[in-house]
Amino acid sequence: MTARDLIPIAVLTILAALLPLVVTSSPVLNFLVFMLIVALGAQGWNILGGFGGQFSFGHAAFFGTGAYVTAILQLRYGVNAWAGLMLATVAGAVVGWVIGFLSFRSGLRGSYFALVTLAFAEVFRILANAASFTGGAAGLLIKLDVRPANLQFADRTVFYWLVLAFVVAVLLLTRWIQRSRFGAQLVAVRENEDAAKALGVNSLRVKLRAIALSGGVTALSGCLYAQYFLYIDANIAYGSWISVELLLAPIIGGVGTVFGPVVGALTLHGLGEVAKQFAGRIPGIDLIVFGGVLVLAVAFARGGILGLLERLRDRSRRMVTRGPKEVSHAGR
Amino acid sequence: MYSPQIILEAALNGLMTGAVYALIALGLTLIYGVLHIINFAHGALLTCAMFAVWIAWAVLGMDPYLAILPLVPLMFVLGYGLQRFVIGPASHGDDGNILLVTLGLSIVLENVLLALFQSDTRTLDTDYSFQVVALGPLLLSYPRLIGLGVAVVVTGLLWLVLNRTDTGKAIRAVAKEKLGANLVGIDVPHVYAVTFGLGCACLAVAAGLLMPTFYVNPRIGGAFVLVAFTVVVLGGMGSLPGALLGGLFIGVVESLCGLFLGDSLGQIGIFLIFIAVLLVRPTGLFGAKA
Repeated sequence: MTARDLIPIAVLTILAALLPLVVTSSPVLNFLVFMLIVALGAQGWNILGGFGGQFSFGHAAFFGTGAYVTAILQLRYGVNAWAGLMLATVAGAVVGWVIGFLSFRSGLRGSYFALVTLAFAEVFRILANAASFTGGAAGLLIKLDVRPANLQFADRTVFYWLVLAFVVAVLLLTRWIQRSRFGAQLVAVRENEDAAKALGVNSLRVKLRAIALSGGVTALSGCLYAQYFLYIDANIAYGSWISVELLLAPIIGGVGTVFGPVVGALTLHGLGEVAKQFAGRIPGIDLIVFGGVLVLAVAFARGGILGLLERLRDRSRRMVTRGPKEVSHAGR
Repeated sequence: MYSPQIILEAALNGLMTGAVYALIALGLTLIYGVLHIINFAHGALLTCAMFAVWIAWAVLGMDPYLAILPLVPLMFVLGYGLQRFVIGPASHGDDGNILLVTLGLSIVLENVLLALFQSDTRTLDTDYSFQVVALGPLLLSYPRLIGLGVAVVVTGLLWLVLNRTDTGKAIRAVAKEKLGANLVGIDVPHVYAVTFGLGCACLAVAAGLLMPTFYVNPRIGGAFVLVAFTVVVLGGMGSLPGALLGGLFIGVVESLCGLFLGDSLGQIGIFLIFIAVLLVRPTGLFGAKA
């Protein structure tokens, strides 16, 4: 990674870190924390789906695992929340590896992979909903005990910074992936698996690494969710909505890019909030916006918002260097 | 513990529920066979059809079975229009994009229904909702028996349409070889839209058969469509008889799992089968080509 790679991440970090000094309203801060948690999980999805081209429709399997592991460890075994956070991340990576091993070894791709991940998440949801170990349908309530050791802070801003730190760490991880040999192999598998294999890429191993990393990051976001809201149940943690949410953000923002998931999460939830403000208490209005934006993004902005911006930038550059007249020809 | 009679009754009831799963899966598998995509909007479209049946009953006092008759062409037109004017143009014909567009569409449809009807659950009562038919010592639900009969008839009709009409031949040509079909002058976007319309028309029938014994709320379609995915995968993607047999089988599995494991775990058998089939034989039990 070069300094040029790191500058955008550094700028974003500083701006985002200063934000709570300007915005002090508690609902807005809540919104920002939630958005960052989604962005983190979506970054996890992006490692596998964006760079690896394996579209999972069941990332709830990882999100929920992170949430349940951290909640159960604290409630039933009195494990320290920070340790719980690390174990939850590892658990997510393990679940990812196992699901990946089963599916990739059977050669599942495309729609089939999407369906099998969806089914795994559903199995977890049904089990979590039925087992007494997970609190069943009533869910789990993490005891309110405000201490930094419990990952509970009197000031919400601290939690915001914590989540932000994780988001930045994953941005760095993603940037590293993009520049590394592993990342190059992953993209090669995405573009043409057979060709990548012919060139000596061990595609199964590359995909397994990607899904384990992806599962770990997404589990971390689930863990932070549980820790912030102090309550989870099967439908929140393993429900299909969270799977959809985690794949929408990268697709809207820019699939397979470093900043895509963050941009997408910010855009979607920003628009969703605006819609709620305008439309009042109509249920589902924000989700109507989500779906509409998805259709529009696929129709008009392949490559998401970042892809669109890049095309606009290229166009304006050409305008500057060659003059607008020539561009209208070149553009056709 | 469980008498053979109870087990048999559960299996038969599952068989009849499975018939409706088969109808839902029929549309899904047809769309998969031709467009080669998993239509994520299928569940939301089913919910739309179920609400339509409910409205016909609550507002117009129409019998749910009778409501199927006008609803079939309506749903066909809706499906045709969606594919022709929304999904097709928005996805630029790219398979991955179609998947995302149908996902977006399902989110929009589901939440428009939520905005219109709130999240309340609605039911519909007919004289025959709880009527049973005695078959020897076994008591079978009358509406579900009707469902089984209709599902078999509709599968047969669809098979006739595909195999005996020019439109059906065009659909099969496009399913086999899109480019070749285009070269011999088949209007591919039209065939896509007709297929999507037929898939939605099947949902109209399924909705009419479901409503006398089931309930509707804006999110209900999602639950059905996951089962329908299983049926489609089990039966082999794109296979009509596969969808019928797969649906009946899944219905029985669900019913028996519910009997032995309890209601909350009833669906787990379905998903375990789903995963096992995907992992071991992704072409399905009846599908031939990879």
